[in-house]
Amino acid sequence: MRFIGAILFTATLGLVVAAGFPARASAQEAPDVGPTPRLVVKPMESHIGNVTGHAAAAKSDYRRYCAGCHGDLGDANGENAVWLDPKPRDFTIATFKCRSTPTGTLPTDEDLYNTIARGLTNSNMPIWNTFTKQQRADLVAYIKIFSPRWEKEKAGDPIKVPAEPPVTLESIAHGKALFTKLECWKCHGPAGKGDGPSAATLTDSKDNPIRPYNFALGKDDSRFKCGDTNQDIYKIFMTGVDGTPMPSFADVIQPNDAWDLVHFLRTLQINRHGKENEVLSAAHGVIPPYVDRNPAPTAAPADNKSPGGGQ
Amino acid sequence: MRMWAQSHLCQKPQRVTSVLAAAFALVFLILGGSQSASALPAFARKYGLRCSACHESWPMLNYFGQKFKDNGYQLMNDRDAPIWQNPGYWPVTFRITPIWHRVSTGKVAVDSGTEGGQVEQRITSSGFDLSGLDFHTGGTLEKNFSFYVLPSSDNTGAFHFEQVFARLDNVMGSPWFNVKLGKFELDNLLSEKRILTLSGNGGIYQLYHFIPAGDGNIFGQMGDNQLGVEVMGHSANDRTRYSVSLVSSNDGLVGLPYGAESYSTFITGSQAFDAGKLGVQRLGFYVMAGQAPTTWLTSGGAPIGGSGTGNKGYSREGFFGQFYFGQHFDVQVVTQHGEDSAWFGQGYGDFVDAAASNPGITTCPPVCNNIPGTQLAQGSRNPTWNGVLVEPHYVYSPQLLFLARYETIRMSQQSTPGTRSDLGNITTYTVGYRYNPFMTSRAGFAWHNEFNLFHQDGTSPLSSTNINTSELLLGFDFDF
Repeated sequence: MRFIGAILFTATLGLVVAAGFPARASAQEAPDVGPTPRLVVKPMESHIGNVTGHAAAAKSDYRRYCAGCHGDLGDANGENAVWLDPKPRDFTIATFKCRSTPTGTLPTDEDLYNTIARGLTNSNMPIWNTFTKQQRADLVAYIKIFSPRWEKEKAGDPIKVPAEPPVTLESIAHGKALFTKLECWKCHGPAGKGDGPSAATLTDSKDNPIRPYNFALGKDDSRFKCGDTNQDIYKIFMTGVDGTPMPSFADVIQPNDAWDLVHFLRTLQINRHGKENEVLSAAHGVIPPYVDRNPAPTAAPADNKSPGGGQ
Repeated sequence: MRMWAQSHLCQKPQRVTSVLAAAFALVFLILGGSQSASALPAFARKYGLRCSACHESWPMLNYFGQKFKDNGYQLMNDRDAPIWQNPGYWPVTFRITPIWHRVSTGKVAVDSGTEGGQVEQRITSSGFDLSGLDFHTGGTLEKNFSFYVLPSSDNTGAFHFEQVFARLDNVMGSPWFNVKLGKFELDNLLSEKRILTLSGNGGIYQLYHFIPAGDGNIFGQMGDNQLGVEVMGHSANDRTRYSVSLVSSNDGLVGLPYGAESYSTFITGSQAFDAGKLGVQRLGFYVMAGQAPTTWLTSGGAPIGGSGTGNKGYSREGFFGQFYFGQHFDVQVVTQHGEDSAWFGQGYGDFVDAAASNPGITTCPPVCNNIPGTQLAQGSRNPTWNGVLVEPHYVYSPQLLFLARYETIRMSQQSTPGTRSDLGNITTYTVGYRYNPFMTSRAGFAWHNEFNLFHQDGTSPLSSTNINTSELLLGFDFDF
């Protein structure tokens, strides 16, 4: 009986100690280390298809998987944040890079849902595709508790992505002309290697250094920050990457222009096997000068540094 | 990690047990408040993820951690190759566990005081102790080239290579083809090397090591790391997995001490399903089958290493399931049907150990070898058995997990006709919890408390009656 008493005593005492720790650690200052500070979880929801996510259901998952970087308070101040480059997303500002919605607007629930499963290449954000749909939907809802924007604003309307036109040498040539005209090369470099004259000076909206994408590293399995398909690249032009110097070109170029730019950018991925490089190879690797048959004035886009840096 | 033996023979007043336990818990209360974290677990440091991202409760993996492991310790992003890491990155983790434990073993044969006489007596011991020390070093040599080296000691500091392998990951760009060569854990999804318990009997899965009473087959132990080659593959999200291993029938021992030309294979496959709010459920199967020697050539009566002959067969097969009921509760289940050749059942197989522990004896049993004209006893049969392991977890939070385990193994056929049918049956219960007072990517620390009851039928040394053993363990399990 004494032995059983010892077991019960030690187990109980251990649990009492365990229960006491959250209160002790909640007084810690940044970075966010230790048990979760007392945070009111607003009853936010997300809707992805027929799945409804609930913020309250994601509290444990957020803490388990996300808080180490994004912070218990969603302020990008997790204990790992100081080591990361680029910095984690600050959810309190509710500015997101990967959206299907116009620049400056909130993303759709599906945008955030897809980002969680896809991860963000060139960053520490992993591919969380082992989660269930419900887990991801709950996490999307949880992200919304950190910023009042989600209570005051609705997500933007997703842009329309027209059908992709055929890849032709002419479209590639036009894309190259746009690449020059829109001064993409200033950041991304003439060969798309991320080494343009402005590259070293770029910062995000929180003044953290940021590097432009290096297309030349791309292989068959290459990914962009917000996806890996031509449609994803198209969306990046037309929605911009909020919080970074990458602007939206939606008001500057027409959809067909954007597709031509996509086709040209794919040729900068010199190690990738794709339709674009096949067309270019058939032309012996030479992109002819583009002859503009319908010249129209274009204006340079404004810098798109809306609030919120990080990945 | 289970490195302490149940061999302490001093008896303590039980009141002392209570006092020590209370003192230990108080020390924890004081020390735990400091929340010091002084070093860096390798993978968490490399990727900047909390331990909880990969571990349901360290060291047990969750689905994300399993995928990370299956990808060759890679997140499949541009941070995988070590060349991109901070030069300060050092892929090494140390793990050791100071403990206090109390072990009570029933029916140990002890001298009675009369000449040559022995009696069975319960022996209880308690005290402070250490686990062995593990040096985990692993990661990527280059993108899609991974490795793991684990020198591990027992609690006296005697080292051996617990795990050593290199792996070609995502061969031809496909996650369906990965090749591993070396000494490694068989692809048990309920991994014994990541077991949440630490005690002598509770710190292993009995199902992974079961050998019938009197059986000489030490080769079919699924829980031991084995030497061989493994081909495995998985879907991008790890929902579908398979692996096929070909291993030497030497139970992971180097130098081919047993069979030089005997091999075993381990095959497993599983499929996971998204069950909505319940979580991801996984069902799978495994088969371990092979041959191992039963006789050896000898020189001066001593077995010649690697000269094993007379290969005989054995098999272990079963199903496993990982069932989740929301975020807080899950149950892990493994079943097994096992069968050994009658030769093993009659004690042939482990001549090396048997000879070492019975110097000067060459008769069978206890030392069974190729004595000229040796024949199996009339009517010898293949021993067979069935078992099940059920391990529920209640995850109160990523920092606090409660666990229980029930294992039972029942003989369905004894090798020798007339043997009592339940001889060697095992039943064991384990309960415990692990509490991590902090949770970062810098170090792991768990306050561990566990109690195990172990019961085996008919194997006491003198009266051949049932044995009951219990163990209470408390400790600081940490790695850095």
